[in-house]
Amino acid sequence: MSRLLVCPPDHFGIEYEINPWMRMTNASDTKRSQVQWQGLIRTLEKEVGVQLKRMEAIPGLPDLVFTANAGIIAEGKAIPSRFRHPERQREEEYFEQWFESHGYQVIKLEPTLFFEGAGDLLGFSDVWFGGYRQRSDIRAYSRITEIFQKVILPLELVDNKFYHLDTCFCPLSGGELLYYPGAFDSYAQTVIESRIDKHRCLTVPPHEAERFACNAVCVNHHVVLPSGCPETMGLLEARGYKPHPVELDEFMKAGGSAKCLTLALD
Amino acid sequence: METETVTLQGHIIDSLILAKVLDSIVMLGGQFDLTDVNIGASREDSSFVKIQINTPTRELLEEILEAIQPHGATVEVEADCVLGVAPAEGVLPDSFYATTHLPTQVRIHGQWVDVKGSEMDLAIRVQKDPPSARMIPMADVKKGDLIATERDGVRVFPLERPKERDVFGFMDAQVSSERPYRHVIGDVARRMKNIKEIRQSDKCNKKVLLAGGPAIVHAGGREALAWLIESGFIHVLFCGNALAAHDMEASLFGTSLGYNLGIGRVVSHGHEHHLRTINRIRAVGSIQRAVESGLVKDGIMAACIRHEVHVVMAGTIRDDGPLPGVISDSIEAQAAMRAALPGVELALLVASTLHAVATGNLLPATVPTVCVDINPAVPTKLSDRGSFQAAGLVMDSSSFLRELAHELGWKG
Repeated sequence: MSRLLVCPPDHFGIEYEINPWMRMTNASDTKRSQVQWQGLIRTLEKEVGVQLKRMEAIPGLPDLVFTANAGIIAEGKAIPSRFRHPERQREEEYFEQWFESHGYQVIKLEPTLFFEGAGDLLGFSDVWFGGYRQRSDIRAYSRITEIFQKVILPLELVDNKFYHLDTCFCPLSGGELLYYPGAFDSYAQTVIESRIDKHRCLTVPPHEAERFACNAVCVNHHVVLPSGCPETMGLLEARGYKPHPVELDEFMKAGGSAKCLTLALD
Repeated sequence: METETVTLQGHIIDSLILAKVLDSIVMLGGQFDLTDVNIGASREDSSFVKIQINTPTRELLEEILEAIQPHGATVEVEADCVLGVAPAEGVLPDSFYATTHLPTQVRIHGQWVDVKGSEMDLAIRVQKDPPSARMIPMADVKKGDLIATERDGVRVFPLERPKERDVFGFMDAQVSSERPYRHVIGDVARRMKNIKEIRQSDKCNKKVLLAGGPAIVHAGGREALAWLIESGFIHVLFCGNALAAHDMEASLFGTSLGYNLGIGRVVSHGHEHHLRTINRIRAVGSIQRAVESGLVKDGIMAACIRHEVHVVMAGTIRDDGPLPGVISDSIEAQAAMRAALPGVELALLVASTLHAVATGNLLPATVPTVCVDINPAVPTKLSDRGSFQAAGLVMDSSSFLRELAHELGWKG
């Protein structure tokens, strides 16, 4: 059974602005965010059938809820994130503690080598892709390549609305890719097209990309994605996937959705 | 010229990161040279490259660095060059830096200093105070000299493409007898004309060098070459005992290695003519005296004496005589050739494997060079030995010299 790390939105809120989605004036509704998060958890546990690990929310760390940015985990090793923004750097010690107390071999990057975890590093079994330029530093990938002995192809993100790779790029379990080409520079688009067969690329339309249709959690043939993305659901259904739309607009106020709220532990 | 070296590593090939960085450098108006390339053996392996960026201004260099750093290009930390002490006369420290014939700098006390001279396979002698550096041959090293070792703190500048859009602008050392040669000769002639005009108007020291072998005389290129010298198109001549001997044999006996140049037949006892020639020149003491006394009336050597062409004759172990003036100590001959090179702006290496390769070794890569030989192995050998700037021309030396002279106005 797949396992995911989540963190309840007990202290979630818009307390600073570090991406174009965040507006201090557009405060989140605490009760609504709790309800939406519980809806996501229910879908993941009951409908998708994953096992969830919950970490404790910490006051003053509103974005700790986005566990995708805790770090990257593979082969029993965990590389904790090194956040670009000081506002999120305070989360690093809590994620590190969680990894250490749960038996992972923690490998730390040097503090100035920005790397925002599974938010920017995603992949298939044979090749990983690393988003850079907005948050993570491309140099982190040559270090991580050494640690995991994996091919990592860096992709330049050129639209700050899609500031992490997982906001515009979602590898699916059957080898297809759900993605939004407009978030990438032309070199990255060429790299994606050369690595993934054309008929396996599911291109999300711009208006659904902006609803974070690509910020989806794929486990086996289940895909949990934000609601309001009917064309993307159609693309997924045509390939035999079962989409599970979940209302998550409270978290979109901070620039995150289903995928940002989870971290794969296996 | 401003320069900086950056490194790039990771999966930079399949991800097109290397292509993106190189494209950025060129699009912004810089030039690059990949000074170290280590491509992963398989798709899974990382690659590493070192890129030297060259720009005309510091501002452009800064702009390029700012543009490529987000893609992982990391400015290399610069170090001073590592110095070793020469342990004995003529002996370099074991890990000495072996030079190329490209413009080179060394870093001394945090400052990049031009290395004087530009010749392949030498060492760099460094003086710390005031900071200066010069390329020197192994034989000239003195015990205790400070010599650049390893590769840190040494940088080499790739050749800029010449502004002229002629055969030298392509830097194409490919050699083939199948390629047309007329445009090459036309380009060489244009350069020679330019140099002659500049010498006349500016009284500057620009020179054309010809290094040649005796086949020039045997094959019938003697008159054309003599005319080129007399007309002020050639200012330095490198040759051996044989070219001078056969040229003067032609003047004295009308033969070259015993063949009558007019009728093309061996004449009776003709094989002795070059020995008798050498003997007569030895008797008068020098080629100069032989020409001035009227013993040698015409030909290449006579033209050189009359037009004050700087001649260096380097001997070999098969020489007869040799003629007076032939330097039979190879190291001394190298030094004499080296001393004649400042100001050389065009080099013609014609019909001599030995002198072509020896001259190629001494020439900086910045000197446009043409190697003419009927045997394709000669220009190929020259480029294999590192003189990549040399344009190769597979043709008979006499045809080359005659066509070149005709291009420049010879009526012969």
